[in-house]
Amino acid sequence: MGATPDTDVIDALIRQRVDEILSQKLEEKLAELKANKTPSMTIIATKGTLDWAYPPFILASTAGALGWDVSVFFTFYGLQLLRKDLSDLKISPLGNPGMPMKMPFGPGWFKGINWNIPNAVQAIIPGFESFATTLMKQTIHNNGVAGVEELRDACVEGGVNLIGCQMTVDLFGFTHEDFIPEVKEYCGAATFLPMAKDADVTLFI
Amino acid sequence: MDFDKELDARGLNCPLPILKSKKSLTDMSSGQVLKIVSTDPGSVKDMQAFCKQTGNELLSSVEEGKTYVFFVRKK
Repeated sequence: MGATPDTDVIDALIRQRVDEILSQKLEEKLAELKANKTPSMTIIATKGTLDWAYPPFILASTAGALGWDVSVFFTFYGLQLLRKDLSDLKISPLGNPGMPMKMPFGPGWFKGINWNIPNAVQAIIPGFESFATTLMKQTIHNNGVAGVEELRDACVEGGVNLIGCQMTVDLFGFTHEDFIPEVKEYCGAATFLPMAKDADVTLFI
Repeated sequence: MDFDKELDARGLNCPLPILKSKKSLTDMSSGQVLKIVSTDPGSVKDMQAFCKQTGNELLSSVEEGKTYVFFVRKK
């Protein structure tokens, strides 16, 4: 059987060549797929305060403007961000040492003062949160930062998919009528996870 | 530089200049040029990234004192 060694050599050569072509083609194909793929992002929004309303809405609206496919899953306190009326959103400086406490009015030297009010004092003053919220809203306005409602509208316009967590809707005694009609879907973890699996970016906020 | 539409984004902060640019471009036709005037220093980098992602062409990005002027040609 003199032909056997030749066949082995030919097989090895074919295999080597196929591997070469395959790896080259695969790289080209992957690059092509990557270039043509619409980027996607999923976000879990879990916070229901004025300050924490910003990260999910800023990122989602901007991604929408970039042409990405975006879904935001609002769960627990994050459901507050889907309510028809957002004017109840508040900020709490209590136990938040990272929050500068500065006045949004008055002369420059006055605005520059950081009011270090101890937690114990904040806690016993009635209406302290409302007071801080008013100041924060003024600061937001003074700095040309968008209102939460404006950013949420931009998300809707940009085709961002707003999803409510049904379990927390029930848990907190909400009904779907409490939320804006743009929320098309109410679902649970089993719906969110497959979406997150296929997304390029997934964030928990 | 000639342009077809102008967007005044002065006084607005991130991400509003980008969101408003996107909105303005939506109403324009392919090849038309949008001029954007902004005061947000962050918009310089953001406008580059926005154009790169969306395929619109950033024709120029110039700083004039405390304002930033961009010309974007719609894809």
